[in-house]
Amino acid sequence: MSDVTVTINGTKVLVPSGSTILEACQKLNINIPTLCYCKDLGCGVANKPASCRICLVEASGIRPRPILVPACATPITNDRVEVWTHSQRALTARRTVLELMLSDHPKNCLTCAKNQDCELQKLASEFGISEIEFQGEINRFPVDDSSEAIMRDLSKCIMCRRCETVCNKVQTVGALTAYGRGFKAKVGTASMIPLADTSCTFCGQCVNACPVGAITGISYVKKVWNAINDPSKTVIVQAAPAVRVAVGQEFGFEPGMPITGKLVAGLRALGFDKVFDTDFAADLTIMEEGHELVERVKSGKNLPILTSCCPGWINFIEHNFPDLLHIPSSCKSPQQMFGAIAKSYYAEKTGIAPKDLIVVSIMPCQAKKYEAARPEFSHDGVRDVDYVLTTRELCKMFREAGVNLANMEDEQFDSPLGKSTGAADIFGVTGGVLEAALRSVHTMLTGEDLSGDAVNFRAVRGLDGIKEATVEVAPGLKVNAAICSGLGNARKVLEMVRKDPNRFQAVEIMACPGGCINGGGQPFLHGDRSLLEKRMAGLYAEDANKPLRMSHENPEIQALYKEYLGEPGSEKAHHLLHTNYHQK
Amino acid sequence: MCCCTNLSEGAKAKFAELDAFIDGLGIVADDERRRGRLIQVLHKAQAIFGYLPREVQKHVADKLILTEAQVSGVVSFYNYFTTEPKGKYRVDVCLGTACYVKGSERVLQEIERVLGVKADTVPTADGLFSISALRCVGACGLAPVMVVNGKVYGKVTPAKAVEIINEYKAKG
Repeated sequence: MSDVTVTINGTKVLVPSGSTILEACQKLNINIPTLCYCKDLGCGVANKPASCRICLVEASGIRPRPILVPACATPITNDRVEVWTHSQRALTARRTVLELMLSDHPKNCLTCAKNQDCELQKLASEFGISEIEFQGEINRFPVDDSSEAIMRDLSKCIMCRRCETVCNKVQTVGALTAYGRGFKAKVGTASMIPLADTSCTFCGQCVNACPVGAITGISYVKKVWNAINDPSKTVIVQAAPAVRVAVGQEFGFEPGMPITGKLVAGLRALGFDKVFDTDFAADLTIMEEGHELVERVKSGKNLPILTSCCPGWINFIEHNFPDLLHIPSSCKSPQQMFGAIAKSYYAEKTGIAPKDLIVVSIMPCQAKKYEAARPEFSHDGVRDVDYVLTTRELCKMFREAGVNLANMEDEQFDSPLGKSTGAADIFGVTGGVLEAALRSVHTMLTGEDLSGDAVNFRAVRGLDGIKEATVEVAPGLKVNAAICSGLGNARKVLEMVRKDPNRFQAVEIMACPGGCINGGGQPFLHGDRSLLEKRMAGLYAEDANKPLRMSHENPEIQALYKEYLGEPGSEKAHHLLHTNYHQK
Repeated sequence: MCCCTNLSEGAKAKFAELDAFIDGLGIVADDERRRGRLIQVLHKAQAIFGYLPREVQKHVADKLILTEAQVSGVVSFYNYFTTEPKGKYRVDVCLGTACYVKGSERVLQEIERVLGVKADTVPTADGLFSISALRCVGACGLAPVMVVNGKVYGKVTPAKAVEIINEYKAKG
């Protein structure tokens, strides 16, 4: 494509023909406010309905006279275009747009979950809005807190439709739609039914996409504080792999830097009685899932085996592919394995009654809240995992308690559910679960451990949405694997499986594009997807730095099997660590 | 998947009529143009059922291989589509500019008064009438205009409107 010269605020810049004014401005480091526009909501899908008009600029060379155009959606196709990004006309128009938006927006920022993390609030501050001239009708909708995971407060919706795009185009879940018309239009569900009654998977990508507080997570912070302060309860906490590389960003650390030791110290400072690691349970998952993989590959039945750690993805298959419900691994997710072991093995070991043992999870995820509440994961009214907090909620607890991770000394996880291998750390990134499984499957099949660089299965790494690899897991035994992240990609891979069940023997699926590092409960990316690369690098660094890299080497896992479970796949292991799936 | 399993014979016949119409369109699963058929199908569905309850929307979504949310979004966007049942006689009063200046608002008020229900809400208790206010039916020369089940009445006064209503009432 040929290049064209555009003049922006008097400066000439060369851009490829067809570039938008916004892209040309970014080249000159000129900031244009945007709201509905989002370059990449995941898997390269952009949202640019050009509906919010907050990016208006004045331009000549498009029509006979200078006009206002949305910078995000106006392509530059000739050398005559001249743009003024902050002419009086442009600034006045933008201010009017913002004031009109604010006139129909609740002003209860102080009590909003997105306070200080809200793009609309930020614009109001940048524009110096001191009063809103337009007084008129304000839309009011009831809050939808029907699910355990996601809260929708449509009174705050500004109709940017990012959530609708991510739900339909990236995730192909199709739970959300623009509903109604004109002033009353909002993003809703079919017939405005509660979210819990839709095909929503609770992946939480809409929560991450929402620029305001219209879609947020259901918060369990208060309940966790109450549990911590209840003397009759022993409160233990587990933290997922992807949390340790994301939480630092909120406390001034280099984005993506693993700060595991400080996270442990912070959790202990909050008052948790024991600080354990979901990584331990991830190693346990590999023992069970690796065993299952070996059995299925040997028997040739129920292939390909699909990973089952991701509850958003499990919801997706239960809603959309009921004919394939026999192929996901029967393993519970690491979160639920941890809960089951905590309320059996650990409770027995310590003599604490399961009802007095409160298990809290710190997860990068919204769907984990739903998963923990599934009826099959509670016994006699006692849940295996009592409360799930997202990484973002944990950061709020740290701030509320005045715990600054930047000032903490590194501490170690407690025993006996705290040790882990590098294989567990990489669960937090797309490709990691499969790689972790392959490391131990090699030993299960050959009786010999991989050594040196052989533990690194680089073919399955990287943030691409769909990856395929053929891996020799034992001499002469090749496994065709697919790895995908993002539910739209999962749909594509499952359709491949439907067409040709023999194409793959193992498939790893994560609901969020990139895996848990981009989970619906992680600190916001605010459009900077390079953070995902950094979080991924952080997890692989954490893995590489561990003395043990293979799950079956974990001494606490070995002790658990010796003392309690017997062998992987034993009756007791099945009873505690496996589950089944239901059509929805 | 069909959602018309536990239905009365009458409803079954309606779904069958709708299916026959949709099947005649030759919808192909991986052809994106099937979305373009949605409005046409919803028109037909409303003509058959009188309104578009959730069951019908779900059925249309399944047949066109769309999500229920996509169908619901379109239904909610167009004033023409209704998710509430209508009376046997649909009385539409035009409030477009020409009709309005010729006094159609008074006509509407009078109809609301004699029937005892407001426009764009519920049908009358006997199920005979429902009232809608709409914008311009393209018959401005006859303003003010009211339409009963597609039959257009021009140069209507409040008194004339009541006469028309009574004619339909007499028919039952």
